[in-house]
Amino acid sequence: MSSGVPILKVDDYWVVAVEETLHDQSVIQFKEELLHNITGVAGKGLVIDISALEVVDSFVTRVLIEISKLAGLLGLPFVLTGIKPAVAITLTEMGLDLQGMATALNLQKGLEKLKNLARMEQR
Amino acid sequence: MNLKQTLPITSEYDIITARQAAREIARQIGFNTVDQVRIATAVSELTRNVVLYAGLGKVDIEVVTRGERQGIEITVSDQGPGIADIELALSDGYSTSNGLGAGLSGARRLMDTFFIESRVGQGTIVKVGKWKN
Ligand SMILES: Nc1ncnc2c1ncn2[C@@H]1O[C@H](COP(=O)(O)OP(=O)(O)OP(=O)(O)O)[C@@H](O)[C@H]1O
Ligand SMILES: [Mg+2]
Repeated sequence: MSSGVPILKVDDYWVVAVEETLHDQSVIQFKEELLHNITGVAGKGLVIDISALEVVDSFVTRVLIEISKLAGLLGLPFVLTGIKPAVAITLTEMGLDLQGMATALNLQKGLEKLKNLARMEQR
Repeated sequence: MNLKQTLPITSEYDIITARQAAREIARQIGFNTVDQVRIATAVSELTRNVVLYAGLGKVDIEVVTRGERQGIEITVSDQGPGIADIELALSDGYSTSNGLGAGLSGARRLMDTFFIESRVGQGTIVKVGKWKN
């Protein structure tokens, strides 16, 4: 069974757009698929867009933190994009924080952020 | 509009059904977007707890009025193992399932009212409410 979340490679960057509400098993499945991909094939960075998610609860937050930690261990720069304002407010009120994750407004801005980072590191 | 809805919680799919139902009712009675998300997220937390710790349960969503004010009241109940130490379960970061331990405490912060009753071996009832400004 697959989570159905497309995991793409765009210009050496891993790009994921979560397109719809996922039930818990799909979230776990998606995490496994993503980890399999990013540990298997080298990439310059990872962007995950969650603009389609109307609700982000502590379960999804935990999975995002796990992905972020693993990306960190792999030295893979990670940007989370598209968090809806109402979701951001809710997470803050719940006392959940994204533990210093880099964020950007949308997928494109996220990719730009990663590319700028790569350029800075080359200098 | 259906002002009262009872939904069974038997699997993780029902978490999504329940939170969407609560959000829709909240929207229909005029809660703003942020409040709709607060309410849906609280329902997500409480119903996931039922799935994780009790297996089965139900959620009642109800529109309530007090004088001129309208609000929503949500009762999530199960006949699972119960919670021995409610104080502890409500503290940030406490989890018996490797979670963030933010579900109960988070739901409490997101809503205006929060009531929990639990007996070991008998089950748990969590009642949360929010009033429109
Ligand atoms: N309905 C319930 N029946 C039995 N125990 C419960 C129930 N709800 C919560 N608990 C207990 O209270 C603890 C705290 O719950 P809470 O939702 O705050 O955190 P969590 O579920 O462990 O993690 P998170 O919700 O952040 O993913 C749980 O780990 C569990 O031991
Ligand atoms: Mg929980």
